Amino acid sequence: MTNTPTVSLKNVTKIFNPGQPNEVTALKNINLDIWPHEFVSLVGPSGCGKSTLLRLIADLTQPTEGTVQVNGKSAYRARIEQDYGIVFQSPTLYEWRTVAKNVELPLELMKYGRAERRERARKMLQLVELEGFENHHPWQLSGGMQQRVSIARALAFDPALLLMDEPFGALDEMTRERMNLELQNIWDRTGATIVFVTHSIPEAVFLSNRVVMLSPRPGCIAEIVDIDLPMPRAWEVREDPHYFELVNHLRDTLREIEGGMRE
Amino acid sequence: MTTARRAGTSSSERPSSRLPKPVRQALAFILIIVIIVILWEGLKWFAGDPWRPDNNPFGISHKPMWKLKIASDLNLPHVWTIIEAFGKPSRRNGPPLFEILLAASFFTFREAFMGFLIGGVLGFVLGTIFAHIRFAERGCMPYVVASQTVPILAIAPMVIIWLKAGWVSVAVISAYLTFFPVTINTLRGLKSPPRSAVDLMHSYAASKWAIMWKLRFPSALPYIFVALKISATASVVGAIIGELPSGIRDGLGGAILNFNQYYISGPQRLWATIIASAFVGIFFFVLIALLEKIVLSGRYPETELM
Repeated sequence: MTNTPTVSLKNVTKIFNPGQPNEVTALKNINLDIWPHEFVSLVGPSGCGKSTLLRLIADLTQPTEGTVQVNGKSAYRARIEQDYGIVFQSPTLYEWRTVAKNVELPLELMKYGRAERRERARKMLQLVELEGFENHHPWQLSGGMQQRVSIARALAFDPALLLMDEPFGALDEMTRERMNLELQNIWDRTGATIVFVTHSIPEAVFLSNRVVMLSPRPGCIAEIVDIDLPMPRAWEVREDPHYFELVNHLRDTLREIEGGMRE
Repeated sequence: MTTARRAGTSSSERPSSRLPKPVRQALAFILIIVIIVILWEGLKWFAGDPWRPDNNPFGISHKPMWKLKIASDLNLPHVWTIIEAFGKPSRRNGPPLFEILLAASFFTFREAFMGFLIGGVLGFVLGTIFAHIRFAERGCMPYVVASQTVPILAIAPMVIIWLKAGWVSVAVISAYLTFFPVTINTLRGLKSPPRSAVDLMHSYAASKWAIMWKLRFPSALPYIFVALKISATASVVGAIIGELPSGIRDGLGGAILNFNQYYISGPQRLWATIIASAFVGIFFFVLIALLEKIVLSGRYPETELM
C-alpha cells in the first residue's frame, strides 16, 4: 500500500447558489481520506449531501472551498485522465446501443481498438455474469441486469476507483441482496477502491471497510465507523451478532441526527 | 439469474389467428376508403343529381328525394367518374390522364424532396445551434416562430422574384414549410438526455463533439423523425403551392391550376389530381416512416410504424 490516499478531501465546503436567496450549504468542512482497495460507504438521511460528495470526487461539480484530490492529483485531472468509473442510481444505458456496445462506450471515447474493445466488453460481461447478452438491447433486460451492465461499463477500462451513487436503490430487495454479494465479489477480483453511496445501513455494513455517516444542513461527517467483520463476507455475516451491533449502532446515530433535525 | 424479457415474446403470446401487422394496416386503409366511398355515394343517392342508366356502371335509374347543391355532379362527381377520368385523355388525342398525373407527381415529388432535404438540413442545423448556444435560441427563436405565421402565399412570389422561376425556387418555398418542425424537434431532442446520461459523458471527459454525436444526436432521433414525418407531407404542399406563382406547368400545382380552369367541363379531372396529390404525400410519409423503423430498430419493444 502506498502513502497516497486514493481520495483525499480537505476542508471541503459546497454551497449551491451562493449569495442568492436560495443559497444552500450542502457540505461543510469535510475532511476524509480513502485508501487504496478500501470500500467506503457514505450514508445519512436524505438531503445530507452524500451524493454531492460523490459528485465532488467525480469532478461533476466543484467545491466552493477546500480541495478534492484523487490519486494525488486534482479531481479535475483525475477525471480528464479517467481515474474513476461511475455508476448511477439509474443504469443510464444508451437504449440505441446493444449491451456490448454500452460497455464499449468509454473504450470508444478513449480510442481503444475495435478488437480490444470487444475483448474487454466480453470479459466485463463475464465478470457481471451476463455472457450471452452481448447483442441484447437494454429494454430486454431486467433492472438488476441493466445495473450489472452499467457496472461492467464502469469497470471496462480498469479504473482504480469506482464511484457508486445508490446503485441498487431502485432494485427490489432480493435482487439487491444478490447484487451485494456480486459487488463484493467484483471488488475482490478487481482490487478497485469503491466509494458507495446508499441509504441502506445494512447494505453499507455488509459491504464496507468503513461507513461514513453524514448529518444534514449543513452536511458534515457525524461519525466514521470501522467495520471489522472478516473478509470476504458470506451470506451468514448478516446473522452475525457483531453485524447486528454495528447496524444498530449506526441506526442509533441516524436517529440522533434525525432527532436533532426535528428540534 | 433473472430471466431476460426477450424481444418478441409478447407478440408471440398473442392469438396466432391474428393477421400480420402490415396486412392489418392495409386492410384498415382499404376499409376507410370503402367507408368514404359509401358516404360519398350515399349522399349523392339521397341528395344528388338524378342517376341515369348511362352515368353509373350499374345502369340504375333513380331520383334522389332531396337536392343539395354540394352533392351535385358538378360539385361532387361520382366515384366511378373520377376513376374513369384517370384512363381518359384530358385533351383530345392526348395521353390518358393517369400518365399526365404520374409525370406531374414525379415532378412535384422531386421538388418536394429537394425542399425536404434543404428544410431538413436547415432545421437540423438551426436546432443544433439553438441547443448549444443559449443566446442564439433566445435571440433567433422569435423570428423562426414569426416566419411560420407569414402565409406561404405571400412569401412564394418573392422567392420567385429573387431566385427566378424554376424548381430551385419551388424547393426553397417547400423548404420554408418544412424546416420549422425539424428545428423545434431537434432542439427538444438534443436537450432530451437525462442529467445522468450527460454526467456519464462528463465522467469520461468526453468532448462536446463526442457528447453531440454519441449521446445527444441518437437521443434526438425519435424526435427528429416525428418532425420529418410532418415535414414530408408539408413539403408536398409547399411544392404544389410554390408551382402556382412560378408558372411551372409540369407538376401537380400546374395540373390543379389547369383543371381548375376547366372545372365546369370536367370536375372529375380536378378530383383525380387531388387524389394524385394525396398519394404523393402518403408515399413520402410512408417512405420516412420506413426509414424511421430501420434507423430506430432495436431501441424499443416494438417500433410503431406511423
